[in-house]
Amino acid sequence: MKEVTKMTTHTFHKDTWELYKSLEMSKQLTAGETLSKLGKDYPEIVAMSSDLSKPTRLWDFGKEFPERFFNFGLAEKNMVTAAAGLASTGKIPFVSTYASFLGVLAAENIRTAVAYPNLNVRLIGTHTGIAMGFYGTSHHATEDISITRAMANMTVISPADGAALAEMIEESVKTYQGPIYFRVSRGREESVYEHNENKVQNKIGKANILREGNDLTIIACGIEVNEALKAANQLKEQGINARVIDMHTIKPIDTEAILNAAEDTGAVLTVEEHNVQGGLGSAVSEILMESDLNCKFKRHGFYDEYSLIGKPYHLYKHYKLDGEGIASVAKEFLG
Amino acid sequence: MTNSVSISQEKVELIKEKAKMSRLETIRLISLAKSGHYGSSFSSSEIFSTLYYHILNYDPQNPDWKSRDRFVMGKGHSAVGVYPILADVGFFPKEELDTYTQVGSAFGDHPDMNKIKGIDFSSGSIGHGLSVGVGMSLGARVDNEKYRSYILMGDGELQEGQVWEAAMSAGNFKLGNLVAIVDNNKVTVDGNTEELMNINPIREKWESFGWNVIDVDGHNVESLIETFENLPSVDSDKPTAILCDTVAGKGVSFMENGYEWHVANLGEDDIKRAIEEIEGGN
Repeated sequence: MKEVTKMTTHTFHKDTWELYKSLEMSKQLTAGETLSKLGKDYPEIVAMSSDLSKPTRLWDFGKEFPERFFNFGLAEKNMVTAAAGLASTGKIPFVSTYASFLGVLAAENIRTAVAYPNLNVRLIGTHTGIAMGFYGTSHHATEDISITRAMANMTVISPADGAALAEMIEESVKTYQGPIYFRVSRGREESVYEHNENKVQNKIGKANILREGNDLTIIACGIEVNEALKAANQLKEQGINARVIDMHTIKPIDTEAILNAAEDTGAVLTVEEHNVQGGLGSAVSEILMESDLNCKFKRHGFYDEYSLIGKPYHLYKHYKLDGEGIASVAKEFLG
Repeated sequence: MTNSVSISQEKVELIKEKAKMSRLETIRLISLAKSGHYGSSFSSSEIFSTLYYHILNYDPQNPDWKSRDRFVMGKGHSAVGVYPILADVGFFPKEELDTYTQVGSAFGDHPDMNKIKGIDFSSGSIGHGLSVGVGMSLGARVDNEKYRSYILMGDGELQEGQVWEAAMSAGNFKLGNLVAIVDNNKVTVDGNTEELMNINPIREKWESFGWNVIDVDGHNVESLIETFENLPSVDSDKPTAILCDTVAGKGVSFMENGYEWHVANLGEDDIKRAIEEIEGGN
């Protein structure tokens, strides 16, 4: 496949960008790069996308291993079921496209062809939540946690940043069995973890307590982890000490971390860039309700609504999903 | 085949001017958003203007008029090129366009039928449009209405399996009131359609599903008019697919045929260059 860019043949204004320039902004989309490193030692890794190999940056693997990379065009259901077929021959397929076209569009194929036969297919839904901003509801994914979490055998992971995604992809190749749905944003976010080759900071199924506190616990996933940390800083200034938990693995969920938080702080607020129906908040509430603990609890996210159109930055503010917004929700919750 | 065309040269010139207007407004609106779909809007500009200034039956004062023709964008990402036309023909005041992509605006990258007058169906997930058209055309038949449903699709869209489920059903139901318009601009996000996932031969695929197929230059207004004016009767027993040969990014030389410009943003100087080229073009 050709990889020429016309950007080189003209001199363009500094604000002008096209596909290749925009890719450079997606630093947290580390799947392609990570798989490129693993690809040599693990010939069973294959990767596929549906006409979004470049925006998902899975193409970084495709450049390195063209014979193990398949672009299916705009044909998501076919791609997911073909991945299941590849997995049945002993391959570890990584499938990546926008979450709205993976966890939502191809849901039945994922359920029946991947989860039910319990195959080692790794699905990476990118641009989740409302990261696509003014592209609107067709490109938003605020249901994908609920959908994939309801599938038996499925592991559901929403890493906080590119370093976390890289670590858990590596674990999934080396030791983890069964299907996984990774939920990641559009890649332009700030880092939470400093990547360190010699230190594993994110392990599938084990929540990370990023900040200690006794007045309240904020449990977040994905890009909301960083915002929760910002909120905790603001709350601190107002005398409220918030514990912040990165619940990157939503299923199987870290029950112990939730129960300890409820016991120690007496108040739990969940934050997710997702509908509060069926997502992280629901998963945490299930654990709390089945325990003997008495704990204040609130879910924050989208309240069973479709997001307005708008630029992402403006929308996060509007929906109180930025640090300041989360801090205000937390204060109101504590009363 | 010689077909009659009932249109004055003045009207042809008007349609060409409106296509330019759509392109210029696309550039202006994307500059407000700082990101948008230039390439696939420009490949559809003449199709939009021919439909809205000559072919479609609609009433801007009564956007829900039951007997109006329907127009659905399977390739919803070219909506930015249609919004200015909807304003220009009177569905809503032009000033409303200035809210493009602001929080709470009706106008985003993909069209919303519940927020924008003149939009017949919401879209954005590629591949749904033709199925919507099947439903609209079946509805016309149930109600004994004589309108047509026109569905605009990209060539990449033809990779979606659902398109062929819809094509099969339209052929099976003999929907002579359904028109698929394929904007064959030959690029998708990841590259050139033919290299990425070959959909050719397109004509034979539609024919084998029981469709009447017409090839046309999608930037030639006279040819588009002739094609649309001479469609078979809505009561005929075959749906029609119009395969429009188009150029992605048409009208702006550095964007033409370049898939990199599918989603992009132009800085100040490049906006100027693009405007000059569009205004100077034929």
